Order: sequence, then C-alpha cells, then structure tokens
Amino acid sequence: MTPLQIYLPIADLPVNIFLVLGMGIAVGFISGMFGIGGGFLMTPLLIFIGVSPAVAVASVSSHIAASSFSGAISYWRRRGIDLALALMLLLGGILGTSAGVWLFTLLRSLGQLDLTIGLSYVLLLGIVGGLMIVESMRATMRAREGKPVELRRPGSHTWFHGLPFKLRFKQSRIYVSAFPVWGIGFIIGFIGAVMGIGGGFLLVPMLIYLLRVPTNVVIGTSMVVTLVTMASATVLHAVTNHLVDALLALILMVGGVTGAQFGARAGQNMPGERIRLMLGLLVLAVGLRFALELMLRPDDIFSVRPLEQGL
Amino acid sequence: MTPHRIVMLAASLAAGILVAAPARAERLVTSLSSHRVLITSNFTGEQLILFGSVERDAATVPRKTGYDIVVTVTGPRQTLVTRRKDRMLGIWVNVESRVFVDVPSYLAVLSTKPVDQITNEDVRRRLQIGLAHTLLPQQLGIDLADVNRDDPLRAAYLRLQNRHRLYVEEPNGVTFLTPTLYRTSIPLPAVTPVGTYEVDVKLFADGAMIARTASAFEITKVGFEQFVANAARDHGLLYGLATAMMALMTGWLASVVFRKD
Repeated sequence: MTPLQIYLPIADLPVNIFLVLGMGIAVGFISGMFGIGGGFLMTPLLIFIGVSPAVAVASVSSHIAASSFSGAISYWRRRGIDLALALMLLLGGILGTSAGVWLFTLLRSLGQLDLTIGLSYVLLLGIVGGLMIVESMRATMRAREGKPVELRRPGSHTWFHGLPFKLRFKQSRIYVSAFPVWGIGFIIGFIGAVMGIGGGFLLVPMLIYLLRVPTNVVIGTSMVVTLVTMASATVLHAVTNHLVDALLALILMVGGVTGAQFGARAGQNMPGERIRLMLGLLVLAVGLRFALELMLRPDDIFSVRPLEQGL
Repeated sequence: MTPHRIVMLAASLAAGILVAAPARAERLVTSLSSHRVLITSNFTGEQLILFGSVERDAATVPRKTGYDIVVTVTGPRQTLVTRRKDRMLGIWVNVESRVFVDVPSYLAVLSTKPVDQITNEDVRRRLQIGLAHTLLPQQLGIDLADVNRDDPLRAAYLRLQNRHRLYVEEPNGVTFLTPTLYRTSIPLPAVTPVGTYEVDVKLFADGAMIARTASAFEITKVGFEQFVANAARDHGLLYGLATAMMALMTGWLASVVFRKD
C-alpha cells in the first residue's frame, strides 16, 4: 500500500523501489571503480530480497550491460579502451559461452547444480581474491621502499610469448600471440555461462598479470567485453527463458549507471595497486561468504522450489 | 463457468433431497467481494471478503449445536520440489528430494473453529478438510501418492508454504455475524500466483456436512504489468532487444548527464 513498493511483472513480487535503486547505485559504484560488471555481487543481493535465482541472473545481465556501457563511454573519452584487444577476447568468448551453456545443461540434468555453482564461486573468488591481495601488497611495499612500481617487466616473457600468430595491440602497447587472448576470452565466456556472471573480476587480473596490459587500458577494455557479452546474454535469456524482468532491470540500471559514474571517477584518482588490493579484498569477502553458506548449518535444511523444466 | 455449474448442481441436488426428505435442509448462499483481483504496479497483496448466509425456512429442523462453516480456497495447481540438506564432507548439500505433483499453489482453510472440533477424522479425510487432510500427490518411485501426515518432507513442505503465507489455516477465520449470516476474509499475499482460485464453502451441524456451495475468483495482471508479462512471453526476441536497447540508452544518457567537460 505504501508508494515505495512496486510490483515486478516477471519476478512476481513487490519490492521497495528505493532499496533496489540503492543496490543498483552501490554495485554500480563498485563496477565503475574496478571495471567489473558486478554480477557476482548483484545476483546474490537480488536472491536475498526474494527474487528467484533464474530471474535475478537474467535481469542482472541487462543491468550490467547498462553500467558497462556508461563506464565504457567515459573510458573511451579518456582513450582507455583497446578495441582490437576487446574484439579478439570476444571471439574466444563466443566459443567459451557455447561450451559453458552445454556444461550448464549437463550439470542441471545431473542435479546438484547449486552445489557446483557454490563450490566454483568459493574456489574461484578465493583464489583470485587471494592472488590479487598478495600481488598488490607486494607492489605497495616495493613502492614504499622507493623502487619504481614495475607493472610491465619487458624481460619477463612467459611460455606463451613464444607462440605463433603474434598481434600488436597498439593501445595496450603489447605484442602477443592471438592464442592466449582467445584462451582468456574462452575461459571468461565459459565461466560466465556456467556461473551466471559477467566475468569482469576475472578478466581484469588476467589482462594485467598474463598479458601485461596497463591498468588504465584494462578497465575500459574489460567494460567493452562485458557490455557485448551481457547485452547478448539479455537477448538470449529473454528468448529462451522469458525471465528478464524489464522493470527490475530499469530500476537497477538507473541506480547502476549513476553509481558507475562516481565509481569511475573515484577509480581514476587512485593508484593502481590500491584499486587491485580493494578489489582483491572484495572478491575474497564474497568468496568467503559463499564458503560460509556451504559450511554453516542452514537456517532451514528444507527448501521448496518450483520444478525446473527439463529435470 | 465451472463454479456456476457446481452451484447449479448443488442447488438441484438440494432440490432432489428436499423432495425425498420430510424436513427441509439448509441452503448456503455465498458472495465474494470481488471475482477478479487485479495485479497493478502497487499490488502488495489483498484481502477478499466472503459473505454468506444459511438459508432456512419454517420447515427446517432446529439445530441444537449451531452451525459451523469451513471455507477452502485452492489456487492454481503447480509442481514443486521439496529438498532436504545434510552435511557431507563438511559442506551442506541436498541429499533428498521429492516432487509434489500438481499441488495447490495457494491453499487457505478458514473455519469457525478448529476443524478437528467441527467433525471427526473420517469426514475430514474424506472431504479433505484442513491442511493435514488435503491430498498432496507426490512422486514416489513410479507411483503418485500422498504419504503419512508425519512424513518429514511433507511436514517441511507445509511449514515452508505456511511461512510464505501461501498455505494458511485460520481456525477462527470465519465469524457468524448473526446466527445465519457469516463472513470471512481470504488473505492473499503479494506472491500469490496468477490464475483461477476455487472457493469451496461447507456447512456443518452436529459433525455432519449438511450443505455445500462453490464459487471462484481470478487473479490477473493488468495494465503495465500485463503488458510486460505478455511481451516477455509472446515476443521474447523483441522484448530482449528492447531491454538491451534500454540498457544502452540508460548508459548513454548517464554519461551525457554526468559529463564533466
């Protein structure tokens, strides 16, 4: 009865409009600052307020598309995007998404999809978060000791620098084989499809540590990749499952793009290693939350859910 | 139209009985405050009012104990899974599950007093009165059957549906305003699914059912809610493209609005 409540047409429940808007702003701020989509934060938040997981995943994709588009525009003005690199990553991403959707269907037919997703969240977020924290702490200490921060070490070639079909990415100032780029795109697409996340929090560290892309280009490029994958995910979800809630998406978007603008500005004025430390802590915290959920005795050991089609 | 047919059937049955019986039986008359509940953008649940009276005439036998009413509201059927978690290797995983086939998505049992005080267990089971005696078909191997009332999964199912206010039992939900005029309100939470809801009203005296009538109402989305739901269902591709375009527009607008230079 209160004017704050609005009924969501697809999610089939009323929500507090300011609560959802606030969630959009908060996640948007984080996504703008770190150049990630924020799906791994928003999806659990929506499930927490009562939206069904399927509707949450489907609707969050369009919210992420909006946030990353507005973020990408501001990085584009600052010349912080490597379009060629984004395109190559997306090529691998398409293959990865197809493989991921196939595995998703297989896991669902075997049951225990929730458990698989929970465990992959714990493992992935734990490892990625931990690695980022360790690395950024080392970088901070090096900076304190007066040594120059060495983000790009020209001499430190890894095995994949010897691979053929090398490409020069001018904006990123890197010269690498196309195979590791496609490989990273494939992994991001694959994990994104299986776990229902954009994968920005994985893409950013992979581009930094594996391809040695400078931090200022990484975030904009990651946003372009996220934008394309999430916009196509929105359309795919709408066609296959009819579960995209446009009203929920719109409220999240309006909050998200507003937050992303402020987040992007906050991120620009911060040293790279501190951004990576904060992102690492955030990723690790979400991973820990999933671990606790698996290990602690649930409030109720019983659950009732609609029967999923195809089971 | 089915409920009307049921009413007519009940009426003709009552007529048949009154020819045979020396004394006239009571008739039940009932009316709902609305037969269509509209889900608009400010829908947060609703209370439907059900009014009715017990029709008597001079020939009707007097009842010593007075009347009791049981109103059962059944929502559209759906298939649900109830799962139980247990600890395995330190983590909590689903270890047991059971499919509840075509069970009511909403079930309300409203009565003048607790159903076990209205009539005996035999009658309650036969007429499916009260949550405990409502038939909940479950997939057991290749069979489809209801289980013992104390079964943990069945009990958990009822408890969880009750927590979401989808299954309710109100032993004092029906009140008699006069000895023959009764009233109740049907609580519909915000999460009630759309569809047709059947209302079944039973009249009891001395532990026996002496009259019965049926009605129905419908919950539908209207206006914007209906437009969005229909578009998503019938024009998936267009709807998806429109949502994606909306995302791009919102993103672009924000970057224009917040542009610094």
